[in-house]
Amino acid sequence: MKLNELTAHELHEKLVGKEVSATEITKTVYERIDAVEGKVNSYVTLTREQAIAQANEIDHRIKNGETVTPLMGIPIAIKDNMCTDGVKTTCSSKMLADFVSPYNATVMNKLNTAGTVMIGKTNLDEFAMGGSTETSYFGTTHNPWDLERVPGGSSGGSAAAIAADEAIISLGSDTGGSIRQPASFCGIVGLKPTYGRVSRYGLVAFASSLDQIGPITKDVTDAALVMNAISGHDAMDSTSANVDVPDFTKALIPDVKGMKIGVPKEYLGEGVDQEVADNIQQSIKQFEAMGAKCEEISLPNTEYAVSVYYIIAPAEASSNLARFDGVRYTYRAEDANDLMELYCKSRSQGFGPEVKRRIMIGTYALSSGYYDAYYKKAQQVRTLIKQDFEKAFETYDVILSPTSPSAAFKIGEKASDPLSMYLSDICTIPVNLAGIPSISIPGGYNAAGMPIGIQLMGKAFDENTILRAAYAFEQNIKDTLKRAPLKG
Amino acid sequence: MIISKNDVEHVAKLARLEVSEEEKEELTGQLNNILDYVSKMNKIDTNNIKPTSHVLHLKNVFREDVAKENLNREKVFLNAPEHDGEHFIVPQVIES
Amino acid sequence: MEYGIVIGLEVHAELKTKSKIFCGCSNEFGGQPNTHVCPICLGMPGVLPVLNKSVLEFAMKAGMAINCEISRYSKFDRKNYFYPDLPKAYQISQFDLPICKDGYIDIDVEGETKRIRVNRIHMEEDAGKLVHTEGYGSSAVDVNRCGVPLIEIVSEADMRSPQEAYEYLTKLKSILEYTEVSDCKMQEGSLRCDANISLRPKGQEEFGIRAELKNMNSFKGVLKGLEYEVKRQTEILESGGEVVQETRRWDDEKGVTSSMRGKEEAHDYRYFPDPDLVPIEVDEEWIQRIKDELPELPDVRKKRLIEEDGLPEYDAGVITASKGLAVFYDECMKGYHNSKVVSNWIMGELSMYLNENNMEIDECKIAPAQLAEMLKLIDNGTISGKIAKTVFAEMFASGKDPEVIIKEKGLVQISDEGELAKIVEEVIANNPKSVEDYHNGKEKAVGFLVGQIMKATRGKANPALVNKLLKEKM
Repeated sequence: MKLNELTAHELHEKLVGKEVSATEITKTVYERIDAVEGKVNSYVTLTREQAIAQANEIDHRIKNGETVTPLMGIPIAIKDNMCTDGVKTTCSSKMLADFVSPYNATVMNKLNTAGTVMIGKTNLDEFAMGGSTETSYFGTTHNPWDLERVPGGSSGGSAAAIAADEAIISLGSDTGGSIRQPASFCGIVGLKPTYGRVSRYGLVAFASSLDQIGPITKDVTDAALVMNAISGHDAMDSTSANVDVPDFTKALIPDVKGMKIGVPKEYLGEGVDQEVADNIQQSIKQFEAMGAKCEEISLPNTEYAVSVYYIIAPAEASSNLARFDGVRYTYRAEDANDLMELYCKSRSQGFGPEVKRRIMIGTYALSSGYYDAYYKKAQQVRTLIKQDFEKAFETYDVILSPTSPSAAFKIGEKASDPLSMYLSDICTIPVNLAGIPSISIPGGYNAAGMPIGIQLMGKAFDENTILRAAYAFEQNIKDTLKRAPLKG
Repeated sequence: MIISKNDVEHVAKLARLEVSEEEKEELTGQLNNILDYVSKMNKIDTNNIKPTSHVLHLKNVFREDVAKENLNREKVFLNAPEHDGEHFIVPQVIES
Repeated sequence: MEYGIVIGLEVHAELKTKSKIFCGCSNEFGGQPNTHVCPICLGMPGVLPVLNKSVLEFAMKAGMAINCEISRYSKFDRKNYFYPDLPKAYQISQFDLPICKDGYIDIDVEGETKRIRVNRIHMEEDAGKLVHTEGYGSSAVDVNRCGVPLIEIVSEADMRSPQEAYEYLTKLKSILEYTEVSDCKMQEGSLRCDANISLRPKGQEEFGIRAELKNMNSFKGVLKGLEYEVKRQTEILESGGEVVQETRRWDDEKGVTSSMRGKEEAHDYRYFPDPDLVPIEVDEEWIQRIKDELPELPDVRKKRLIEEDGLPEYDAGVITASKGLAVFYDECMKGYHNSKVVSNWIMGELSMYLNENNMEIDECKIAPAQLAEMLKLIDNGTISGKIAKTVFAEMFASGKDPEVIIKEKGLVQISDEGELAKIVEEVIANNPKSVEDYHNGKEKAVGFLVGQIMKATRGKANPALVNKLLKEKM
């Protein structure tokens, strides 16, 4: 196998054994990018020179006898909504097409300390609003399993980059499923940590009470390694939790004997593809064969989750995106005669239709006379959804569901119908509303050969239990897992 | 209909978005679809249910009152569409 | 018809913390444009606010000094509106759960104490500054003041005259100064006041239609702006018209208010709880700790000056209205015994020079101990009261010790009987007419002769001794 096809933990062993250098790894990754990027379009910005320099420096440090830590010299792709000092951060929007951040997101500082090598910034749905990466100003990203299909979204670029071996590990962000759904569409692993586990400082906010950064990786072990690097309290983020961070790799035990897994019936109802539902039944059998106990459960308020989400997220977004006003660092319309025109034209020309639609919904939901009926109501129902989970976790260690009601759909298939696109977030949204951690791992493939993801949800700050279940499952079906067939 | 074309116009103005007639029509339809779907929330009685603004029960997060280094001017204006080296420039704001 | 006036004030005070409310930028006034800024107060993408603990404690302190209840549970909300001086296009403020509520301030109205209720005090961030460059068709934005911590103190509409509003504002300022939470400099904008004012027929319970008044940049401005509004609204009502509910801008130069309509499109601030900030919970122990830090407040201090120092109520009121003057007084009293004399000098010469030079007491070069020293020099006859005024002027200008000034300028009073006697004899010899007048019973003539002696001694002659010698020698 080529270096760029390996996982971070496999490369780490080679770096420790001095079989390869960080520079070699990085160069191999760029060779792959040169070969396939034209078809996939995972990246908005490539940071080749900076990456080679970073890799050289790592090699120098290793040569000087420095201990090789787990992510040292590992190429990473960063979703382009995380601020990187001196490198463009576009959010895949015309609004920020030329924006160079003057500071680093906290996760970037942490990754730099961990010694990763940033390959580039990956494509996303504009401002992370979407589930297909089709709303990007820089063009759609293509699914490495089938270039006619979407990679999912909004972290579609990060997921495609990993599936296409254009990076070893990556970061995504997840507001309503934006890490897990593309991971499932691309047949890889995506973890949304507990809200507050990873600092949001420097993540361009979409919906502040839901956003969370997490890893998208080739396997569960790499996800745990990235979690070790990026987790922890940050004094710059008031909503970051001041709780102990465990060593997530300690959870990687291939044993789920006695583990109680709940399978909510609401996640397998109407709208779920038969092949996806079948895959869940198969996964249940796998878990039971491994000694776990699976039972059907009910999370009765699930049916309201999409409604709640599509009020809360746009409401917060309408406020968060108000700063993109043409004054200090964004796109500015050239034909504005006065201040009002400057605002309206810059924002109308700078934002794409999906972003505008959500700003409209959110503005309406917060506007005078409607706050109680929409925003407050949504927050109250949010409480009930959260309570559903709390109750379930009194009995169950993990909750299992599909990650998405379907496998990756065709590019353009849902682009014209916003509501149907929103409804496909049904399995991932409740997790963000409740703030709990959740991981998507490959569960199998449909008849068309597209990956199907399964989702494992856990208690707040108990990423370790879902990592353990995911790891055990992964080890169990390892031999059946495939690679994206994309040829260079 | 939950939201009229006039409402769409008003909301667009609040959000500082310029929408063409065509967009207005389209948005009115889409927003009604979405809000109609969302209205299923109203099936649940939420009297006495506390709203969740924060999923974590955090409180009293502070920073100490210490002044830190400022951002240098070069970085302040790095991305500015218009500036004079000291200020960001906008079209004349008319007072009263 | 006679009309009653109803006034409520909204006062913004900048808190003098070291750093801004949600970021570590310096909170110092001034600075080159856009230098006291960082990604957070510039509203860059991805930044997050973290509350400065001192801001909360300052707000609590101000609230306690204004007799407010401190909220055990409080939170921040976003107030959404677009303006170039507001980088995030929302202001972080407090909407329905402010940090302090239900307080009051007592003011003196024609010798009576009147209680003005304070509805609430909340914390928020200040906006930046727009510089309007005349003729260029553009405005310039300076973000330095963005994120400067503010408290907004909202009174009930309890004031019944512009004078009451003025008294309330004066008292509020002195309370904030005493607690040291704000500099309260209206000309620097660290204290800002908006008012709402309405008239109603005498005897009517219901409030009339109100106008909101902005841009009153001084205490006098508040008084004059409100007085103008009373006149304007009275004229409207008397001519059978109706006051329009609107925001009006006070023009200090022209002395008029004018409508700000046009700029005022229907505001819809779309308040919602800021998801980036967590709630504040304050317990009894914390409240007590802040309470213990509260200094003696103006009302208590005034009472002490009256009861313990025997000052007249008027004097005590004037001195304690300004924390600086009150501290100066107390310090001076450490070195001198007579409170009324100290008060006379503070309210007289000292206040006069401060006003003339447009200075605050903390900029004054005279130390309280120096004034005490000077007063002692009067008592022991080293200088006369009149010379003391010259000495004081020099002290004010240079900050030198009174003894030094007296020595340098040769201002020591002539109390040597032999020396003075010679001068007295000379003056008597040169003014036989006046001496004659004196003998004819014209007491006035003495005044003239004393004047001549003072002139000859350049005012240094000990007046008591001059009188005595004159009478003896004539």
